[in-house]
Amino acid sequence: MNGIRRIIRGAPAGPLEYHRRWPLRLILTGTLIFLYTPIFALIAFSFNDSRRNIVWHGFTLKYYEKAFANSDLMLALGNSLTIALISTVISTLLGTLAAYALWRFRFFGKAAYEGVLAMPIIIPEICMGVAMMMFIARSGWPQDLPWPLNLGAITVAHIAFSFPFAAIVIRARLESFNRELADAARDLGAGEFQVFRDITLAHMLPGIIAGGLLAFTLSLDDFVITFFTSGPNSVTFPVKIYSMVRFSVSPEVNAASTVLIVLTIVLTAIALRMQYRSQMTASPK
Amino acid sequence: MTQDQNDPIIRVEGVCKTFGSLRAVDNVSLSIQRGEFFALVGPSGCGKSTLLRMLAGFETPDAGRVFIDGRDMTGIGPNRRPVNLVFQSYAVFPHMSVAENVAYGLKIARRPHDEIAARTQEALMLVKLDGQEKKKPDELSGGQRQRVALARALIMRPAVLLLDEPLSALDAKLREAMQIELVHLQKTVGITFVIVTHDQSEALSMANRIAVMHQGAVRQIAGPAELYEAPNCRFVADFIGRVNLFEGVAVPHKKGRLRIKSEVLGEIELDGQGAGAVTLAVRPEKIQISREAQTQEDTIQVRGQVADVAYYGGYSNIFIDAGAGPPIVADITNTGSAGVPRFLPGEWLWCSWRASDSLLFRD
Repeated sequence: MNGIRRIIRGAPAGPLEYHRRWPLRLILTGTLIFLYTPIFALIAFSFNDSRRNIVWHGFTLKYYEKAFANSDLMLALGNSLTIALISTVISTLLGTLAAYALWRFRFFGKAAYEGVLAMPIIIPEICMGVAMMMFIARSGWPQDLPWPLNLGAITVAHIAFSFPFAAIVIRARLESFNRELADAARDLGAGEFQVFRDITLAHMLPGIIAGGLLAFTLSLDDFVITFFTSGPNSVTFPVKIYSMVRFSVSPEVNAASTVLIVLTIVLTAIALRMQYRSQMTASPK
Repeated sequence: MTQDQNDPIIRVEGVCKTFGSLRAVDNVSLSIQRGEFFALVGPSGCGKSTLLRMLAGFETPDAGRVFIDGRDMTGIGPNRRPVNLVFQSYAVFPHMSVAENVAYGLKIARRPHDEIAARTQEALMLVKLDGQEKKKPDELSGGQRQRVALARALIMRPAVLLLDEPLSALDAKLREAMQIELVHLQKTVGITFVIVTHDQSEALSMANRIAVMHQGAVRQIAGPAELYEAPNCRFVADFIGRVNLFEGVAVPHKKGRLRIKSEVLGEIELDGQGAGAVTLAVRPEKIQISREAQTQEDTIQVRGQVADVAYYGGYSNIFIDAGAGPPIVADITNTGSAGVPRFLPGEWLWCSWRASDSLLFRD
């Protein structure tokens, strides 16, 4: 009752109630508008019954039909999903192994390895892309392979930049592991591998799933590196959208982009939920 | 393989362990008999946990050997030793149910399913957790998690059960109840228990035999009563229970008698030999408090003023300022009528005790 009355009467803002002061509200509103208006506009106009993206003419799903009927676009979507799937499996595996090795063992050059591991994250993507393109061209990577082998170059590039992300997420998860759990399993007769399989892996699992989903979304919506490593026969979804925009910004592009946004949001939400749950179940010390 | 039942179940010979520049365990030798409830006590950092971890196999001694059940176990991993450890954090596997936790060791040992099921039930009944099989650890209280850890170790039928500060995370009431329960449990299963604790009263109330450790070395190994009544050094006297310490200088007097000069006690006579700096110790409950001086023979007494009275219900600690040194502590039981303080701060009193109740240590 008191709370309601305070809101109605407009009681003065408390010392920590920054959200009730106008400068902060203004900044917040501005930020939200700049961040989300373009995205909402993009999604809204994918339902616009007009060839131009300027004036609202009424609701339609025909651009989705058109997008899904566009065989080039669908081929690109298939390519993207294939690349994302393969690179996720491999980069999650590599990330898990790298994270476990860094957590469990002491070895020569460990600090250097940990630094190098983060390189693909900090190197500008455009440089990564150019480097990858030159590497693929110079290494005599076979061209004109049948599907899906023609996606090999992109997949390798995607694994290279996404596995460090997976490794870092999994490494962070391992930090909350109570080593006494591993000791307890050893004490009960488990060997090194059994401890890993029964105890450590179970603890890592939410991190592995989160890392995997992160790798998947990174691969799915990557443009820059993919652009440099894709050939005419290995176009991915983001690269295809880019080439469509170069001709005209039709609602079909909006529809295709919306599909990509929804895919990414859903996967990111699952990844965040996994990470949240993994924090909740972190073993009490 | 048949071992004589009189052989010690654990024999530690000249074991050393150094971490960096710290001598955690310094040339420790001890034997633990079958069926004993053995306690390792000492202040934190005295090396008792390191010694326990060497018994469990988590640490390898730098020197010396560890025998368990007659076999040399030095350098053998924790997964291949006939001992099990109850961890301080309990280390209950959070992703497994109570029953899965308890059954884990037997599953690793590839025992048949029906044997695992039967022994899990048995172990859970032993720690009174039957009916909770399906619960996950986060649904259990601290005390229940500890029971899971106990059952999980006992199901392996170890030659020795090691317990690392098992009661330190429990609240006072539960801790007392668990002390009694652990003693009963040990009698029921007949397994040798080795417990590490920093709490000397816990060790006194539970163990048959106690090793007091200090700076990596064992200072005394004895039963609780002997440890309390006849400590072999000033450190043990001070660590086990409460004690009043008086420093002085001894000179030989008559045959078998010493004369000790002390700032607080003045000049007193005691049975004993030798000479030099000594510490005289007396337990608070041995001290009589009276308003008049005592007249009996062989009584040490000192006059002082009551500084504080700490009331604990059934008994009180009286702190008496005897002019020099820290206040003398005396215990009195509150058997008189309720609410009537027997002694008040500021009052002048005599503290007295039989000379034979004094403990004498050469520094």
